Amino acid sequence: MITPLDDFLEAAVRTATPLALAALGECVTERGGVINIGLEGAIVCGALAATIVAGTVGVAAGFAAGAAAGLLITLIFAIFTVYLRADQIITGTAITLLSLGLTGLVYKSFYGTTGVGLTIPTIGAVEIPLLSRIPVIGRALFAQPVITYALYVLVPLMAWWFMRTHSGLALRAVGESPDAAVAAGVRPRRVQALAVLFGGVMAGLAGSTLVLAQSGTFVENMSAGKGFIAIAIVVLGRWTPFGVAGAALLFGGASALQYLFQSLGWNEVPYQLFLALPYVLTLVVLARASGRAAAPAALARRKLTLG
Amino acid sequence: MSFALALSGISKSYGNVAVLHDVSLQVRPGTVHALLGENGAGKTTLMRVAFGLVAGDAGDVEIEGVRVSEHTPAHAIARGLGMVHQHFSLVAAMTVTENVALGNHGGFTAATVAEQIRTVGERTGLTLDPHARVRDLPVSAQQRCEIVKALARDARVLILDEPTAVLAPDEAQALLRWVREFAAQHPSHAVVLITHKLRDALAVADDVTVLRRGTRVASGLASTFTEVSLADAMLGPTERTPAIEAEVMPRVRPHTDSVGAHHVVLQADAVTVHDNRGVARVHSASFNVRAGEIVGLAAVEGSGQTELLRAVAGLREVASGRLHRPPDVGFVPEDRHGDALLLDASLTENYALRDAGSRRGRVPWREIAARTAAVLARRDVRANGPHINARTLSGGNQQKFVLARALEDTPPALVIENPTRGLDFRATAAVHDALHDARDAGIAILFYSSDLDEVLTLADRVLVLHNGVLRQVPREREGVGRAMLGLT
Amino acid sequence: MNASARRLTAPLLRLAVLVAVTLVVLVALLVASGFDASTALQAMARGAFGSWYAITSATLVRAVPLALTGLAVAIAFRAGLLNIGAEGQLLAGAAAATATASLFGATPSALLLPLVLLAGVASGACWAGIASWLRQRFGVLEVISTIMLNFVALYVVGWLVRGPLQEPSKFYPQSMPLAKTLQLPALLEGTRLHVGALFAVTLAGAAWWWLRETAGGFRLRAVGMNPSAAATSGRIDVARVSMYAFLASGALAGLAGAVEVTGVTYALYDHSPGYGYTAIAVALLARLNPIGVLGTAVLFGALQAGGNAMQRDAGVPVALVNMVEAVLILLVIAGDRWRGSAR
Repeated sequence: MITPLDDFLEAAVRTATPLALAALGECVTERGGVINIGLEGAIVCGALAATIVAGTVGVAAGFAAGAAAGLLITLIFAIFTVYLRADQIITGTAITLLSLGLTGLVYKSFYGTTGVGLTIPTIGAVEIPLLSRIPVIGRALFAQPVITYALYVLVPLMAWWFMRTHSGLALRAVGESPDAAVAAGVRPRRVQALAVLFGGVMAGLAGSTLVLAQSGTFVENMSAGKGFIAIAIVVLGRWTPFGVAGAALLFGGASALQYLFQSLGWNEVPYQLFLALPYVLTLVVLARASGRAAAPAALARRKLTLG
Repeated sequence: MSFALALSGISKSYGNVAVLHDVSLQVRPGTVHALLGENGAGKTTLMRVAFGLVAGDAGDVEIEGVRVSEHTPAHAIARGLGMVHQHFSLVAAMTVTENVALGNHGGFTAATVAEQIRTVGERTGLTLDPHARVRDLPVSAQQRCEIVKALARDARVLILDEPTAVLAPDEAQALLRWVREFAAQHPSHAVVLITHKLRDALAVADDVTVLRRGTRVASGLASTFTEVSLADAMLGPTERTPAIEAEVMPRVRPHTDSVGAHHVVLQADAVTVHDNRGVARVHSASFNVRAGEIVGLAAVEGSGQTELLRAVAGLREVASGRLHRPPDVGFVPEDRHGDALLLDASLTENYALRDAGSRRGRVPWREIAARTAAVLARRDVRANGPHINARTLSGGNQQKFVLARALEDTPPALVIENPTRGLDFRATAAVHDALHDARDAGIAILFYSSDLDEVLTLADRVLVLHNGVLRQVPREREGVGRAMLGLT
Repeated sequence: MNASARRLTAPLLRLAVLVAVTLVVLVALLVASGFDASTALQAMARGAFGSWYAITSATLVRAVPLALTGLAVAIAFRAGLLNIGAEGQLLAGAAAATATASLFGATPSALLLPLVLLAGVASGACWAGIASWLRQRFGVLEVISTIMLNFVALYVVGWLVRGPLQEPSKFYPQSMPLAKTLQLPALLEGTRLHVGALFAVTLAGAAWWWLRETAGGFRLRAVGMNPSAAATSGRIDVARVSMYAFLASGALAGLAGAVEVTGVTYALYDHSPGYGYTAIAVALLARLNPIGVLGTAVLFGALQAGGNAMQRDAGVPVALVNMVEAVLILLVIAGDRWRGSAR
């Protein structure tokens, strides 16, 4: 017997998955002292690449293509910010603009301007026997597409890696004090570049998830600010993997609220309110989180530089 | 017998400024080798080349007789080199354990590293709490952490860059004693001590090398040098004015204490000042500064002096007590680049910054440019004109400019932090002269310096701040040094 | 060449280089995407400059909101504020202007037009004020908050045109058309170019003069260059200067929105041409110089006008023009760092 609450929770986890993927990637990037607001662009590039490849080759290849697309577009960002030391915000904005334009262009040339609905095969939910029978949370946590299960492995793995390996320690040091890292024999540029690229791969996967595990189609600008929400999630999650996962769930819930209200028959509330809710929530959360103190020092010290 | 560290023919330029020219240095194993020279002579750059932080344009680096190519800090550390930097290279937000572990490979178990820290502590006497956060440690403990970090990686040759600069005299002595012991402990050990303090060098060094303007001008056994001959080497034949000499070999000068008749300009009564986090850093301090006198504040870094000085300058509120100050108090902060200058703006604009907060209406730029040009000439600031960017000025000229800006309208009082940090002897002497002139013109001056010698030579009266408690002490080295550590 | 002549020709030279680079990038992208570059370029040139009408009613009309939002972004960036929210502030201004106009009935006096515009200005300032308050009070990064507010503004407008402000037949997602007397008069007979263009030029000149010559302008620049030095050595109230800069930025973007509604669209619609985002490129490529913004605004106005024509006549998607904008920004950044690394 499936209640509206079950549906809501299941939708919350499902919506949270791409947010969590992108946010985990950005968490690594920001721990290295770089803020990538081009994340939005990487997500949309990943979504389109996944669409094209899944439509022709297959779903698994689609995910891989999405990750690769995210990596490639973020490579441009990495070169500009890590090696040319260009301003991270301006470069990120340019990357997002570039991605939106590029995907718009490629989409039109592949699928034409007719706007006919495009359908791509998606991966369905995989129920884990026994666990998915748990009341209330069983379906929400264990009747999801495989990509969500990947998160269950990834989050603790990342937490362990941050705290219990020298490479994780090196990343944290680079994000706090690049000078100290250099003096200890670490190579900050390499660490930062790898962290940024990892973020790009995760963002590409997030975009793939949007298409291949959710909507089954591609629309222009389908990321709709999810990249920016991911950044807010990192702040709320205090730059830790478990915190980020929790924060992503919160935002997934906010997005899924719309469906809960509909199924409960509460239709008077204008649906734009629901659309706006995640963004307003971001603002509220950021105001309460006072994240400045917990942020990696190199991130907080960054200021606008213009030639 | 190979040298512990040997540098031959090192040259390095930044753009068309030659910072090092054909410098050679040989460190004998089992010795303490002092590398002397004024600020800007190239000592730190030379050792950064040795450590692999910077690539030399020419020359070789040999560690224990083996030539290194493609040098990086990771290589240096692997070959037994360890460096303790002037401005510590620790991650403030992390614990001692994490800082010591940084740079290793593979899995990381905090317990193992903590054990290692304890072992090193027992062996060398440099004890630390492995779980303390570096930013909560006093400066001397932070320095110990830097050394332990190097020793934990089996460093045999230690390079210490101006290690006594931030220490109280007793702490400095203890460190220098430890340095001697370390070098003597094992035939493969050696220490390179970078310093501009002649006294420290002669106290502990076996060998001495002197750099001036990027070249080696003297080297040999320490026993063959005297303070005077070293000063000669550091300064060069043409620079021996009494003022500059006084910087190289500081002596506490007798002052005529005739300031009793002048009126009080700055008065603090039981003043308490908080830091940015609301923690009280200065507790119930009382003091005054009169017109025409220089009051010096001696303290170990982090004792509350930053908060106190900024309160006096009017940049910070006092939490309790009364502070009497004139509305216009000049302020010269320690961090020129961060707090005093707009590096990418012209000198004219930087000059106008002084009263930017209170100015109204149009800015008479032409007039200000003319005034700036006049100030540059009068205060001997080497610049092509008021239109050039502040960034292009040398450190010494930047400081002279900032000081001139603060003094130009003869404010009733002036507050300065570390007036000569990073400046060479000539610029230092110029700044001290400017301060003396200001004092003689009737300005009340309150300054802080982490360099005790500067406090003793510049100040008419000395105040000591320890853990937020302020006292006036007699103007002599021993007493002030002990008061800085709260030992009296 | 003496100093003042050099000061005049340098920005013109920069603009010329910019135009040249734009053309190169455009051609490169066209060729790489498999389009016939010459047909496409001709279509674009015709659409942007091919006739008097094209120049005034396609290019310059678009340049007006770009110039105003470009000014908004330039002023904010000069103060060190990363206001990416010009789009939302523009929408807030457009919505307020429309709402105010709808209050005045079917035949309002033309004297009420300034009120409508002021409503837009105030609304834009308030929208920016939210981000400013979040920044000052809670330390929220304005990059993120302004982007979030962009989306919120978008959805609020979406709600307004389907709800309280919807046109009487309740069929289309748009507001009631503006009364004739509340529409901005045309600047040139027979064209779509309206007096908003005068606002843009005047405000750009005023902003340029204010930044250069006044104490307030100097304070803003100092805060943007080094807030710590501004506070410590300049005794500048950084919080206050930042707040005013943010509000001014929002006000300009709000004005852009009000001007678009009263001068071009004559109603509030559900979609936006995205001027607020393009404004970032407009400002950056003008090196944050208010007068330079006028030049780059025309350049981008031409790009967008030409881009529409290119899509219509040569089948090249408008998205290509977006890419050109982005590539231009990246090139400028790269060029800066190249020159900067020689320092």
